[in-house]
Amino acid sequence: MTTRNAARYWTLAPALVLFGAVALLPIGELVAMSVSHVDWVQGQAHWRFVGMGQYARVLGDALFRTGAANTLVFAVGGVVVQMLLGFALALLTTRVARTRVIYRTIFILPILVPGIVIGAMWKLMYNFDFGVLNQILALFGVHPVDWLGNTATALAAVIAVDVWHWTPFVFLLMLAGLESLPQDVYEAARVDGATFVQELRYVTLPLMLPAILVTLLFRIIVGVKVFDEIYLLTGGGPGTSTEVVSYTIFRRFFTEGQTGYGSAMSVVVLFALALLFIAARTATRQRGTPA
Amino acid sequence: MNRAKLGTVAVHAGLICGAIIVLFPFAWIALAAFKTQISLLMGQVAFTPTLANFDEVLFSGTSDYLANYRNSLVIATSSTLIVLAVATLAAYSIERLEWPRWVVHVFLLGAAVFNAVPAITLVGPWYVVSRALGLYNTYPAVILAHATLNLPIGIWLMATFMREVPRELEEAAWIDGCGTLQTLVRVVLPVVMPGIAATAILVFIHSWNEFVVALNLTARQTATVPVAIAKYAQENETKYGAMAAGAVLSTLPSLVLLFFAQRAIVRGLTAGAIR
Repeated sequence: MTTRNAARYWTLAPALVLFGAVALLPIGELVAMSVSHVDWVQGQAHWRFVGMGQYARVLGDALFRTGAANTLVFAVGGVVVQMLLGFALALLTTRVARTRVIYRTIFILPILVPGIVIGAMWKLMYNFDFGVLNQILALFGVHPVDWLGNTATALAAVIAVDVWHWTPFVFLLMLAGLESLPQDVYEAARVDGATFVQELRYVTLPLMLPAILVTLLFRIIVGVKVFDEIYLLTGGGPGTSTEVVSYTIFRRFFTEGQTGYGSAMSVVVLFALALLFIAARTATRQRGTPA
Repeated sequence: MNRAKLGTVAVHAGLICGAIIVLFPFAWIALAAFKTQISLLMGQVAFTPTLANFDEVLFSGTSDYLANYRNSLVIATSSTLIVLAVATLAAYSIERLEWPRWVVHVFLLGAAVFNAVPAITLVGPWYVVSRALGLYNTYPAVILAHATLNLPIGIWLMATFMREVPRELEEAAWIDGCGTLQTLVRVVLPVVMPGIAATAILVFIHSWNEFVVALNLTARQTATVPVAIAKYAQENETKYGAMAAGAVLSTLPSLVLLFFAQRAIVRGLTAGAIR
């Protein structure tokens, strides 16, 4: 029993060391930088304490506010569409038997591809001059649209890319959930003469609710983190129409070299999202899983 | 009768539409990779295929793509091995070694919160610290960052898979006098092998695809494949053909894994979320 007690510690130790050294210590460093002005002289960082002032600047930063608002629109808007499409696609897929594996193989492809490659694909397709979308529009005599260069369409265009990228993930989780539902409930519903809509409303959705909530939370987390596609497709533009918080942090910290101020912004985002996550998890736990 | 038939047709129509929408961008970029820059810019649908883009990406003097590929392989493989070792031990620890419940809760919650935070918030301090330690633009910096970013999902998956191992197996090993490490290696690991494979594949793909950390912690010598593709897209005049060829080549590992290990991939993607 004593060996087992000792084993408990050394088996968990590597994970704690890694989290401590590569996550917690850097967060400490981040907080320290956020109250400092950091100058880079010949690759060396020179720190000067400046207090909480940079935090005040973050909250008043117009770009940061726009970024936060766009991130919210991007994450919530994209995820809602993904949930609806993914669920519908999963429902359709459960209706076929022999071809199910083929469809599943095709539908999960986008999940496995680098975000940068997804960006590259859509950069080609959205192009104003030679993109295939405008070529298709031209067939119907419609004028070409500058999808990524127009403030009216840019955010919707990058959300559409995210929907294409991640609907497959929702589809896969919904399909796995649907496949694991008990079949006798459906037989009972059919015996009672339930229509398709009634079956969906009173049998499928309530049974799927825990899986739906988990998938929703999962997707919103990844949606809020968006960076790669924005970096490749729009760089936050035109103007600030596709600016998202990850990109604002990148811009302030790396492009503009504002180490201290970028750190303060990172701290704000980090703790805000950590708190939101804990709140969301507590809420879904209570409503979702029984235990 | 007729309505049922109509329903079947509608189902297939929906699925085929979905498949076309998913596959079309792949086909389009693959075609673009075989077009000359001129035929690309003119939006030609009919064109004479050329290997010039692949030639430029792989073999021209100005391209580091092969080195980028090697960097990505080294970084993804190393970080995957670290995650497997650390996550397997940690998952065994919290699942089977009778920690007080609050310890397990705090540990898993901490990992989940860390997983919910955008990587870019930590890339800043990683950059500053790796410069101070002389690790900037070296493999260890990116490998450690990728390993830590993927550790929560690794622990999560391995814990899920270990929960399914019958305790009786381990108890038999205990009675036979096996130590903890022996029990883990000889009894538990063989049973969770499919789970380890699923975790390995998923973590490898995550690391292979990761961009924002690689962008800021690497320079020319250690840049990974996504960083290289982004460079083609960001140069003054976008090199669309090279970008497309680089993008196509970058998807090969995932396609191979999807072909040979689809069950493991599906297992990995769904195990954490659906119980």
